Amino acid sequence: MIEFESVTKRFGSFTAVDAVSLHVRQGEFLTLLGPSGCGKTTLLRMLSGFETPDLGAIRIAGEDVTALPPYRRNVNQVFQSYALFPHLNVRDNIAFGLRMQKVPKVEARRRVEEIVEMVALGGFEARMPHQLSGGQRQRVALARALVPGPAVLLLDEPLSALDAKLRRQMQVELKRLQRRLGTTFVFVTHDQEEALTMSDRIAVMRGGRVEQLGTPTEIYHRPVSGFVAEFVGEANLLAAERVGGEQGRDGAALRVRLEGGLELSVPAMAWPGGAARARVSVRPEKLCVSKRPIEGVENLFQAVIAEEIFQGAFDHLVLRTEAGTVLSAVVPNESAVMEALHEGDRVWCGLHADDLVIVAA
Amino acid sequence: MQGLPGTLPPNPHARPAGAWGWWLLAPMLAWLALFVVAPMAILLVYSFGSRGALGVVELGFSLENYERIADPIYLRIFGRSIGYAALTTLLCVVIGFPAAWFIARRSPEWRGRLLLLVMVPFWTSFLIRTYAWIAILRSEGLLNAVLKSSGVVPHVLPAPLDLLYTPTAVVIGLVYVYLPFVILPVYASAEKLDGTLLEAAQDLGAGPLRVFREVIVPLTWPGIAAGMMLVFVPAIGMFAVTDLMGGARVSMIGNVIHNQFTRALNFPFGAALGVVFTLLFVLSYALLLWLGRRRDETAKAR
Ligand SMILES: Nc1ncnc2c1ncn2[C@@H]1O[C@H](COP(=O)(O)OP(=O)(O)O)[C@@H](O)[C@H]1O
Ligand SMILES: [Mg+2]
Repeated sequence: MIEFESVTKRFGSFTAVDAVSLHVRQGEFLTLLGPSGCGKTTLLRMLSGFETPDLGAIRIAGEDVTALPPYRRNVNQVFQSYALFPHLNVRDNIAFGLRMQKVPKVEARRRVEEIVEMVALGGFEARMPHQLSGGQRQRVALARALVPGPAVLLLDEPLSALDAKLRRQMQVELKRLQRRLGTTFVFVTHDQEEALTMSDRIAVMRGGRVEQLGTPTEIYHRPVSGFVAEFVGEANLLAAERVGGEQGRDGAALRVRLEGGLELSVPAMAWPGGAARARVSVRPEKLCVSKRPIEGVENLFQAVIAEEIFQGAFDHLVLRTEAGTVLSAVVPNESAVMEALHEGDRVWCGLHADDLVIVAA
Repeated sequence: MQGLPGTLPPNPHARPAGAWGWWLLAPMLAWLALFVVAPMAILLVYSFGSRGALGVVELGFSLENYERIADPIYLRIFGRSIGYAALTTLLCVVIGFPAAWFIARRSPEWRGRLLLLVMVPFWTSFLIRTYAWIAILRSEGLLNAVLKSSGVVPHVLPAPLDLLYTPTAVVIGLVYVYLPFVILPVYASAEKLDGTLLEAAQDLGAGPLRVFREVIVPLTWPGIAAGMMLVFVPAIGMFAVTDLMGGARVSMIGNVIHNQFTRALNFPFGAALGVVFTLLFVLSYALLLWLGRRRDETAKAR
């Protein structure tokens, strides 16, 4: 559907997008995720036509659009600031694209009514943009970009101006709308949670490059680098060194020592071949914590709860192992059927070898 | 995002102005009463009077002066004044709008510098600047010297340009004088216009011309309208530029009125001309308001 072919964009001597090749599939919800300044907006603007790549080519539905001006491209954008026309009411804002395409009036009216219904803006058609709340403006911007029926909808951090609750609600609605319309969405965010919730696939960007492209589960469970592991979700990222040869049944495991001294068994296959050092990523929720020894795990060790932070549904625990390694864990909050864990308690920690992710040092 | 200051939602926490707030207007109201309302009233009274011996005003109620204005000579002068003023306004907008837009799209520090350039002419007396134009335009002036030395005359044009004391010279002079009065208000509107709106319009399929018509013009309309008023109204009444650059050959209504008061000493007739002239102002202002409102309504009707 969309192909970026080694696309590079420089501003002066600064390379904002560095040889990015990316293939977006028809009808998918693809998210560009990365910290501020990593080139997400620049990549998106090259797709909408507001920036021209210095090198490489961009194709939409097989057509090379690299040099096409924005108004000739069959893509529409939802701007971060919404960019609603302040002199037009809701209906005219939404109808703007249809008017530019010279869609007959009767058909235009029907399509506007349809989309107004879809984004739940009925009754607001005659309002001016300044008479709307943030969430309503967001819907107008969305409707305005969708109504011309673009091949691709681009969204640049469209939810970042909304408060947390409205934001979660809009995430769900956006995703539902995308499924229903089957339009290809390219969504930009620096919020990993948002990316995980909404996307079919995520492209994690860093310093103008795509570091990893994959489904949310792949990105979360199999990050290819320490950067991805830390940026997407919480992770204990610890330097590790290989201390033992292959062992266990059919030699499937390796012995490694983490910084601080804790020794763990990790799957031999996951270890970068031949390397002496690497980093181990442990998701806080993968750590089983209990006052009694845990059965059926490859790694079992004891630790002290150094800190307990209440987080509503979860408790965040900072654990210090006997060897001195510090790990974060997240456990469901205490309830009647669960044992209570408190600061200073000695506990057992269990870790499946398969839940450990090894990334290059 | 926020377009026009007038369209911002009212602040619900703002306290309504108390009755005392009105006193802030008092100095201005006094000024208006003394220098605008009173003279207008005197003009109105005079205009129904007649000229006595030695230019003494004899009050009364006669429509004689107004009948005299209906004379084709004066109607033609009125028509000509409106025509020149309209042409001046048009040229000022055509030249001033792109300039204002250009300035408004620069970086903040460049905006300041360029605006300063627009205002530099105000540092010199208006008369001196007009004389400078005479030096440029007269037959042996700067313009023709340049044309001759560059070979445009006689190769492209057969003879030196004889511009001074022609309608062209008057319009050049008027455009020169009034150009900043379009640039400044248009700049004020253009500077507030969020560039993302232009991108949004393009994104929705608007080519450069449609972006201009559908977004830029409506959002800078308050500035354009203010600029047009600031040029058209004073340009009709301008007499100094026409006097100096049009000579005796090109007279506008301002010159006629000026003459009635200074040379012919016919105050009542001058006053009647002044009253009609003021009515023209009011009419043209109403016309502009109406144009603006019609813009809004056609926009809504779509
Ligand atoms: N027009 C521009 N001129 C110069 N530098 C720019 C321009 N646009 C973006 N950049 C730079 O390119 C980098 C990437 O910007 P951007 O794509 O906006 O990042 P993101 O959207 O991921 O936060 C930033 O460091 C930014 O300063
Ligand atoms: Mg950005």
